[in-house]
Amino acid sequence: MRDFAFGQYYPTGSVVHRLDPRVKIILSLFYLVIIFFVVSYVTYLIVALFLLFVVLISKIPVLSVLKSVKAVIFLLVFTAVLNIFFYKEGKVIAEWGIIVITAQGIDFAVKMILRLSLLVMGSSILMFTSTPTEITDGMEYLMAPLKFVRFPVHDVAIIMSIALRFIPTLMEETDKIIMAQKARGAAFDCGKFTERVKAVVPILIPLFASSFRRAEELALALDTRCYDATPKRTRMKKLKAGWKDFIAVIIVAALGTVILLDKYYFLSFDRMIENALGWNLWGA
Amino acid sequence: MSIVIENLSFTYGKKTPYKKQALKNVSFTVNEGDFLGIIGHTGSGKSTLIQHINGLIKLEEGKIKVFDIDLSQKKPDLKLLRRKVGMVFQYPEYQLFDETVEKDVAFGPKNLKMSDEEIKQSVKEAIELVGLDYESIKDKSPFEISGGQKRRVAIAGVIAMKPKVLILDEPTAGLDPKGKEEILELILKLKESSAHTVIMIGHDIDELSRYVKRLIVLNDGQLVYDAKPAKLFENREKLEEMGLDVPIAYKLKCALSEKGVKMGEVANDDDFVREYLKIYKEKKN
Ligand SMILES: Nc1ncnc2c1ncn2[C@@H]1O[C@H](COP(=O)(O)OP(=O)(O)OP(=O)(O)O)[C@@H](O)[C@H]1O
Ligand SMILES: [Mg+2]
Repeated sequence: MRDFAFGQYYPTGSVVHRLDPRVKIILSLFYLVIIFFVVSYVTYLIVALFLLFVVLISKIPVLSVLKSVKAVIFLLVFTAVLNIFFYKEGKVIAEWGIIVITAQGIDFAVKMILRLSLLVMGSSILMFTSTPTEITDGMEYLMAPLKFVRFPVHDVAIIMSIALRFIPTLMEETDKIIMAQKARGAAFDCGKFTERVKAVVPILIPLFASSFRRAEELALALDTRCYDATPKRTRMKKLKAGWKDFIAVIIVAALGTVILLDKYYFLSFDRMIENALGWNLWGA
Repeated sequence: MSIVIENLSFTYGKKTPYKKQALKNVSFTVNEGDFLGIIGHTGSGKSTLIQHINGLIKLEEGKIKVFDIDLSQKKPDLKLLRRKVGMVFQYPEYQLFDETVEKDVAFGPKNLKMSDEEIKQSVKEAIELVGLDYESIKDKSPFEISGGQKRRVAIAGVIAMKPKVLILDEPTAGLDPKGKEEILELILKLKESSAHTVIMIGHDIDELSRYVKRLIVLNDGQLVYDAKPAKLFENREKLEEMGLDVPIAYKLKCALSEKGVKMGEVANDDDFVREYLKIYKEKKN
């Protein structure tokens, strides 16, 4: 399997890996939401330290977590630049014609970069520490209440797990096809934009063809073994939440409390520090 | 010498928990006109090795020189390399993509920027060379022809680039005995008519020893033997330890020698018959 930082299971057998996937999913979702309540640099630092802590105990290399940001780096830089240039309010730092850069604009852009990178890194930890099967199993449990509104939870879960199962296979297949076409002199990494788009055709078509072939084979294999998703099925692996899950919940809840206190009770730690030091950064 | 490989090592997924050393210190040379077979247990690194020769895997450790192209240099001329070395992958029919057979076969030559005249010519030649009827098949979709035909078309796609060296990764995988035979005969024909140096990976030792003049054995990423077939099989026990078989003809020779009948070198059926007739005639006299 090739270098693919985002969404690649990284087995180390750590405590984080052994957490109940349901708990991990809920905590990750909670984390994704709570990140939007972070208002001060101090709390960003606290969140970053929290992430570092999780990464260290999960024994995933820090670098591969950082690398997961690479996928969205363009988005980050693009929006940050837009924000810096078009945020008009506040204390002006520099000005060229219509372009005005304000302290608030920079503040906003930096915070957005921090927020998005912490978001991506946080969710990548879930993917690094849980197998696709664990994630779908967890999701199936969490979506169980939807059964009452006749939502086909189990079918969706099986579809998801099959899809996840085939991602690495398809990636391998893509690699092979790319190699085969390269051997036939195809150049994917040079030429004009239109040429590059055209160069994708010799990869996509064989890839589609093989996906359909695989889907058909799999469907036949399921049918011949009388697979039926509707009756009550038992599970091979029962999920069980234990002490370590409880501790994980407490730790994340503590993080959430700090973030919310900062926003609603202390009204930003940054302001407190600025006031204490008597700085005036924002030109009130 | 067409291909020189020195101390080639390669590791997949370096710096990940999935890391796997696929090649360890492999060295050998291929001369012009060689018909070389590569065997080894599944996962022994055969595909990884030949993908290096075509510059499809970036050289990490060791040296590779193909004709005058030095792959250890910073920016080797990969286009030239791929013109000289044609590579047929395992299940090559899965790489077909174009609307018609003719266009698909022309994909390689087009990438090499041959002239239109030349492309048309070499496509026609290649399709005929692999034993298909050009006129009747050229406008068919590569998805509507039979499996064996697909494989021929895929091979034609490589032949049309007029490579000097032809590398095939298990060209007979998944075919019936007749299809296998036909593809092997085709390879032999190609060796005589267009590409003069052929490297072929195979699983079936009976099949390989019938055609190749030299065999390389890979085991767990290491090159353990490089010999002509009849000599190689003298290491029968070692080969069997590596999960490899020897041809039936050689097994017969061993069985006979246990009964006191000594034969000369035997690598395949033809050798066996020849040696047997020799003994038979001696007896008669
Ligand atoms: N893209 C890849 N990423 C990681 N590991 C790989 C990759 N391709 C091959 N490997 C590993 O490298 C080793 C050698 O693989 P290779 O494909 O060269 O073997 P092979 O001799 O061609 O096997 P087979 O007879 O099954 O085709 C195997 O252990 C395989 O798991
Ligand atoms: Mg292989």
